[in-house]
Parts: sequence; C-alpha cells; structure tokens
Amino acid sequence: MVFEGLSEKLQNVMKKIRGSARVTEKDVKEMMREIKLALLEADVNFKVVKDFIKSVSERAVGQDVLESLTPGQQVVKIVHEELINLMGSVPSKLTFSPAPPTVYMMVGLQGSGKTTTSGKLANMLRKNGKRPLLVACDVYRPAAVKQLQVVGGQLDIPVFEMGTDRDPVEIAQKAIEHAKSMQFDMVIIDTAGRLHVDEELMDELKRIKAAVRPQEILLVVDAMTGQDAVNVAGSFNEKLGIDGIVLTKLDGDTRGGAALSTRAVTGKPIKLVGLGEKLNDLETFYPDRMASRILGMGDVLSLIEKAQAAFDEKKALEMEKKMRTATFTLDDFLEQMQQIKKMGPLNQVLAMIPGMNSKALKGIDVDEKQFARIGAIIQSMTIQERNNPNILNASRRQRIAKGSGTTVTEVNRLLKQFEDMKKLMKRFSSGKANKLLKGMGGFRGPF
Amino acid sequence: MAKWFKWEKSKEKELKEKELMDNNSDAAAEVELPTEQDRSEDEALIIEVSENNQSDKKQGFFDRLKSGLKKTRDSITNKIDQVLVSFGKIDEDLFEELEEVLIMSDMGIETSLEIISELRETVKRDKITDTDGVRKAIMEIISSKLEDENTELRISTNPSVIVVIGVNGVGKTTSIGKIANLLKQQGKKVVVAAADTFRAAAIDQLEIWTKRAGVQLIKHTEGADPSAVIYDAIQHCKSKDCDVLICDTAGRLHTKKNLMEELKKIFRIIQRELPDADVETLLVLDATTGQNAVSQAKTFSEVSQLTGIVLTKLDGTAKGGIVVSIKNEFNVPVKFIGVGEQMEDLQPFEPKEFVKALFDN
Repeated sequence: MVFEGLSEKLQNVMKKIRGSARVTEKDVKEMMREIKLALLEADVNFKVVKDFIKSVSERAVGQDVLESLTPGQQVVKIVHEELINLMGSVPSKLTFSPAPPTVYMMVGLQGSGKTTTSGKLANMLRKNGKRPLLVACDVYRPAAVKQLQVVGGQLDIPVFEMGTDRDPVEIAQKAIEHAKSMQFDMVIIDTAGRLHVDEELMDELKRIKAAVRPQEILLVVDAMTGQDAVNVAGSFNEKLGIDGIVLTKLDGDTRGGAALSTRAVTGKPIKLVGLGEKLNDLETFYPDRMASRILGMGDVLSLIEKAQAAFDEKKALEMEKKMRTATFTLDDFLEQMQQIKKMGPLNQVLAMIPGMNSKALKGIDVDEKQFARIGAIIQSMTIQERNNPNILNASRRQRIAKGSGTTVTEVNRLLKQFEDMKKLMKRFSSGKANKLLKGMGGFRGPF
Repeated sequence: MAKWFKWEKSKEKELKEKELMDNNSDAAAEVELPTEQDRSEDEALIIEVSENNQSDKKQGFFDRLKSGLKKTRDSITNKIDQVLVSFGKIDEDLFEELEEVLIMSDMGIETSLEIISELRETVKRDKITDTDGVRKAIMEIISSKLEDENTELRISTNPSVIVVIGVNGVGKTTSIGKIANLLKQQGKKVVVAAADTFRAAAIDQLEIWTKRAGVQLIKHTEGADPSAVIYDAIQHCKSKDCDVLICDTAGRLHTKKNLMEELKKIFRIIQRELPDADVETLLVLDATTGQNAVSQAKTFSEVSQLTGIVLTKLDGTAKGGIVVSIKNEFNVPVKFIGVGEQMEDLQPFEPKEFVKALFDN
C-alpha cells in the first residue's frame, strides 16, 4: 500500500514536468522528499535516510524521462536497488570454525528474542547435520535458565547450565570444555539481555568473548526498533565487535527499517531473520526481499521460494498439463490445495503477495478450517463423481453433505468455485493470462 | 492509504502556510541544507555565542538535568537546543531542523508534522521573532499533547482487574512484578494470574517476581487455557476478598488473529465474572519501538479499550517520543514508565513532571 502510494506520488511529481526531457534536480528533490518520508515511516534512522537520499539523488538526476514511460517507477527501482546495495546485495551465511566447536555468542537488549533465537539457531544447525549445545549464561533475569531448558527440551537439544550463582564467564568456559569432551561441534551461548549503556554488563560480555573466543558474535535486534536502532547496534559493535545481526519478530507488520539502520551503522551483515514463535521459524536474510518490504512491495521472492519448496516439480508439470488440456478434476483441485497448505499458514502466504500487505489482509478472514472442509467434501465423493462432477444430482449432493458433515449449500459453493476455476484456466491457456493477472492486483512493481 | 492521504493534507496545509509566511518560498526551497561541515562550523559559533549571551541560561538548563529520565531529556532537549541555538533567526530551515529532531525521537512523521504546523501557527499568531520564543512554544505544544487527567490507576472496586497486554519482549512480566509490588506497598491485597501459558518458563519468571513482591500467584501449567487461569484467579479473588487482580498475558504480535481472539476471550470472562469491576487494560510498549507501536496500540485497542500505557526500557538511549504519538492519536495516557530492572524501577508517569523535566528552561 505504501509502495503504491509512493509510486503514485512520484508519478504526480513527474506529471508536472511532462514535456521536459530530463529529470531535473528540482524534480528529484521533490521526489526524494516522498522517498524520505516513506523510509522514515518504515523506521529507518534519520541520518541513514539522509545519506541514502543523497546517493540516490545522484543516480536519479539526469535520467532520461522519455526512456521510460513511468519515471516514478524508475526512481523507485533505483531506490530499491540502492537499498539492496546498502544491505549487502547477497545473503550472508554463518561461518564455521576450522577447529570445532564453533562458538556463537548471542547478545542484545532485553526482550529482543535471544533465547528463542538461540533455540531456533540450534535447531537449524542440527538440521544441517551439526551437534549443537545450548549454553544458559543469563543468570540475571528470573527463570531465564529455565526458559532455555524448556526450549532445549522441546527440541531435544542439550542445554548446559550451572544455575544462577556462577559467573557467566565461568559458565561459558565450562560449557566449551563440556562441548569438547562430549563431541559437540556447535556451541550457542545465550547471554543476558542488557542495555548498551550498561558498562558493567557490557564488560561482562567482553570477558566472555575473551574467554571463549567465539567464531561469531550475533547481535539480536527486534525488527520493530525505531530510531534508536543505530545507537544500540552502534555501541554493541563498538564495545564488543559484532559479526552479524539477527533480526527478530519480522512476522509482525513492521516495515523493519531497523535492518537498514543497523547495517548502515555497523557495516555488519544481517545473517538471519526470525519469523514466528515456532522453533523452525528462522530464515536466511535476503537483502532484496527486505528492500521490498521496507518499500512495502511485498515479498514475491519468498513466496516463490516457498512455493518451490512445497511443490513437487513432477506433480506441478502434470498439473500444468491438465490445466492446459482442461482435464483438471476435483481430485487435482484437492491436491493443489494441499500443496498450497504445505507452503505454510495461509495468511502468511497471502501476506507475501504484493499489494496484499497486512492492512489489506485485515478485512479478510483467512479460514484454515475451510481448507479442511473442502477436503472433506471432495473426499466424500466417489471417484466417478470426482472425475465428472456433472453427474452430481440433488440426492448425490445431499449424501456428500452428510458424509462430510457440511451442508448442501457448501457443496454447491465448492462446485461453483471449481467450475469458475476451470473457466479461469481455459482463459489462461488461451493466452489471456496476462490481462487476467493485471486485473487481479494493483501491483505495479518495477520488475 | 488513509494515512497517506492525511499526510498529503497536512503537507498541503503546510505548503499553504509556507506560502503565507514566506513569499519567497520557492527561493527558500532551493536553498541547500547546511552540510555536515557547515554545521560543525555553526556549532563552533554557537559555543561562542552561548558563552557570550546565553551562558547563564544554558548553564541553568544543563544543571537541572538529573538522573532517571536523563537520556530521554538529553536527546530531545539537547537537540532542540542545538538546533535553536544554531539558527539565530526564524526561517524555513529552522522548522525543518526541528521537524527532524522530533522524527529522530520516534515521534512519527504525522505527529511531528502536526507539531511543527502548530508551531508555525503559534509563531505567526504570537509574532514570535526569536528562537527562544520558538523553543518555549514547541515545549508548550508537546506538553499540552501529553497532559492527561487520568494517569492514576482506576482500581476503586473490590476486586479491580488490571490486564497487562503487549507484543513479545516488551517487559510485561517484569512490569507486573513491579506494579504488584507498588500496589502491595499501598496496602492492597494483590493477586496475580499467570495467563502467559505459552512462552517457555513465563510462569516461573512470574512466580519469582510475585515472591519478591510478596503477593499471591494463581497459575496452571504451561500450555493451559489462559482464560481458565483468569477464571480461577477471579474466583479466588472473590472468595478471598482481594483488592486487585493483575493478569499477565502471553506476548503476542498484534497481527496474529487467533492470539488476539484468545485475548478477547480473556476479556469476555472478566466482563462476565466481574461485570461491575474497574478494569484497567495496560498496553506495555518498549521505548525502543518505532512506528510499529502505533500499529500495536491500534490493534490492541480493537480487542479492549486501552486505559493506559506502560512505557518500558526508558533507561536506554531510546527517546520515548512515541509517547507523544500514541497519546496524540489514541488519547491513551501513559501511566507508568519502566527505568530499570529492579523492583522499584517503575515510576508512575507524571506528565507535568515529565514535560517539565524535558523542557524546563
């Protein structure tokens, strides 16, 4: 929505200068004001925005207006590209130590999500064939050790702890020894949340760092952080020297300008993003997707990737053929639905479609149960019925409704939807797809 | 979209005013902002100027900066001060710089523009000609936005209920420990309900806090229905004649529909079981949070009318400007501020004092 707004506004600025051949400095200035506001609204730090705008302006001035029919979009494209550049153009991976165990140290403010992220990270590493050990070094917050133990228990990953009476430095050291003797190749140290201005606790981190020589110190940052993100990331980096950033709580509706701010101020890459409460909701950070998010352009690539991961390629080919030849049956419909479901919670999938951001989604009640119902209805049909729904008369429909615990109305609705979908496919195969897609969303991206 | 339209409007307004105020607005717009280098030169000048003319005033101001909210005060007033001193006369750049200062404090664009726009009006109306007058004017505008008569907890019925809600990691459980302690010290009989049955060890964390405060805790096990915990706690309060029931809830991102439904259910239970009780719904906000706090306040207020804000983690470098934004947009007063991890590090929010401390000159 914001992106559309931005694009539109830039377009309006351009309208005024229609007829002139080049984007002048003044036009750019006006457009940059809009971009500035959009970035500020996304919580990018003011100073970062200023620098950013400067570099974008340089690129935008002198662009040929005639070259592109939509110069406003052209500017957005430049902004998008520059955002990606700033955030490090390629995904940055975690590094491993040549001499195991590899030690990661999680640091950050209170409530940024260190403990949860530690658990997620351990889970991720184990999936990659590693043997991780979690270490509870938060001896201050009530029940913090217990929290890590519970997380470890849920994942069945061992947690090293020595209660809350010991010095965290000692705990960390002992944990490394333990890891070495027990053949753990990954050690994740969960430290206590602390303010970057708390000298005493920052000093404790320095001592832990000196004692265990971690491969990476990962700063955990709440994606909702505002202008202060630069101060936090800046001082953690200055005082401790961080190697990477983990951005958490990105499953909310924040635009996540903190990503840009922290990266700009530390120069350190964002390596991972946390996307939910479940212990596998940790993903690699993709600068291009984050850029889209900050500009409100939807996360097309994540969607595509999720689809790819969930869809069986062979099945997809079969499906495509069926669609083209219009021999698509209710069975196929069911299968397709199940595959969409595999991509994750439906509202998450929908949220990634451009133009379908949280504001637009708020009105839509995504009912996961509806999926199950449709499944039940189709499964209550005979094979013959599934292949040829035309034979479904009133009594058959009644039987199906009873069998699936639904109503005839619902059965009818499903059949209607199925028919509509088939019609849609015919149009797709007859080459009207592009037109159709245009009608479906207000997405006017720079791709 | 609506927001953008609003912006557009306020910007139009601004532009009109600009034209009114300054006939050479076009020329003014062309003027480049001072570069970093220029600024530092300016600052050097400022120091001299302030030594000559304003030394008494400045000294007095900095002397009065005390602990507690020092950071917040520093960052906002200091910068406003800097800006105001660096611009000797009132011009477009001054307003622009002031606007930046407000945005940097997380006040949000809309609120910042509004304040600046009000400032312009005031400056025009009162024929303010010096930066000192502008300074006073902007302080008055911001403090008037923050003031509210209802900053005390409204817990006159027996029992009264305080429900504490917010997104993950803002400091709900810690705040509850502190509030419980505060009320206990006021002689209230306090019961806490551990309705965060989701997060690992949340109940244990709350248990430690309630032990420290010396108040009763009603808990189930992890994974239990939070509404059931609330129900039991209410029954306990009724039978044991307690004064205040404080309900901890699981942190939830306001975008998770099902979790918001769960919250609604909690409020339904309270409404049903204690229809006449005073219910305080406190939204806990992390001072480091940016514009998303507005979205949080909006969505949570759709579940239950918010009666107050607890602003936590003000002991960092976060500027807390979001308070102004939330108060401005939703008229929800801040009732407490969290300034540390100790039991007593929760202070009742006193707008007058807060603002006075911010802008006392």
